[in-house]
Amino acid sequence: MADIEFAAPRSVREAVKILAGAKGKAKVLAGGTDLLVQLRAGMVRPGLIVDIKQIPELSTIKKGKKGFEIGAAVPGAVLGANKAVLKAWPGVIEGLELIGSTQIQGRASLGGNLCNGSPAADSIPGMIAADATCKIVGPKGTRSSKVEDIVTGPGKTSLKKDEFVVSITLPERPKKSGDAYLRFIPRTEMDIAVVGAGVSLTLDKKGVCTHARVALGAVAPKPLLVKDGAKALIGTTVDAAALDALAAAASAACNPIDDKRGTIEYRTKVAGVLARRAAVIALERARA
Amino acid sequence: MAKHHVTTTINGDRTEFLCDTEQTLLDVLRDELGLTGSKEGCASGDCGACSVTMNGTLVCSCLVLAAEAQDAKFETIEGVASAEELHPIQRHFLQEAALQCGICTPGFIVATKALLEHNPDPTETEARYWLAGNLCRCTGYDKIIKAVMNAAAEMRGA
Repeated sequence: MADIEFAAPRSVREAVKILAGAKGKAKVLAGGTDLLVQLRAGMVRPGLIVDIKQIPELSTIKKGKKGFEIGAAVPGAVLGANKAVLKAWPGVIEGLELIGSTQIQGRASLGGNLCNGSPAADSIPGMIAADATCKIVGPKGTRSSKVEDIVTGPGKTSLKKDEFVVSITLPERPKKSGDAYLRFIPRTEMDIAVVGAGVSLTLDKKGVCTHARVALGAVAPKPLLVKDGAKALIGTTVDAAALDALAAAASAACNPIDDKRGTIEYRTKVAGVLARRAAVIALERARA
Repeated sequence: MAKHHVTTTINGDRTEFLCDTEQTLLDVLRDELGLTGSKEGCASGDCGACSVTMNGTLVCSCLVLAAEAQDAKFETIEGVASAEELHPIQRHFLQEAALQCGICTPGFIVATKALLEHNPDPTETEARYWLAGNLCRCTGYDKIIKAVMNAAAEMRGA
């Protein structure tokens, strides 16, 4: 077997050059909590691994006019300790922090979780609900993409082979906003989502929902933005009728697999339940 | 391709080694550097037996490529005791008989040390969640948690 080459560039420009020049398949290494397992299992055999963690932009959190720009490789342990991000986007943080153990949190990142492309990735529904965008670089320069447009199917993304995600931006937060992420697993810790639901909403002075986004994980080949779920909330005070309509919209959006962890019927039902519960938490946070 | 030449710091000692890209930090610790205290349980980040700290952060050394170790600082189980005596965490693990086969023990001790540096006064629930990435198939965890809580109390001077 051919050797795997390794590079740890110090700048985005250098990383782009290395990836563009790769002869075989290249894999970008962030926290490695998926890639190293896949390597060990023989699921991937790249010709080159590019460690992006030595690039300062990939490991920093910046607060700008557009919101928080979070380096794609910032680990959960660092992001979770950032009080400003936690205050603005607790639902995004709780999604990321549900991934694995303390050891995994020392390495696992939003960018890695996104680009691994799992339909059940715990951090993605929260990012979609947050209307997060990715900064992507490649040989043709920089482009921007909504998080919901990245994963295209299990393990597949819309990134070209010489592109990588530099950062994820969580937008500026209006007052009276809240978000939440809930997942169902048959245990209390250390498991893969059977269903995940992220909800973000904003209220006006009278408590009427003016903006909402709803996202689901583990109920389709990719994480879903559920537009009908948002429609069910906008214009309401997020009362019982609106929550019923949200639950129905979430269940209607599901196209899940049937496996030992959850049947189609079960996942479909639970998606509605979790979307409703996440909306209630987001509502409490928006009112707080 | 030539091997990677890596310079790193392990338990305070400047250390150099050569590695292939696919070698994990755990492979190098055990097979190249003779630091066999860190154990390979699952090799997939599930069991925590290979826990070490990397620049102060608790990680599974089976999920770190050795080539990533360039310029990093590591603490392993071999660095926990001083030359003269066991660390209080180690002593309490012995006192509480918080081990049977012992494979998970180095990982538990390293993870507990990281916990108590991060939070010197954890609740039992906080200790159990922090250590959820360390699996023990012998003890049922209660003795481990008791040892952790006792060590925490001693280290706080309580």
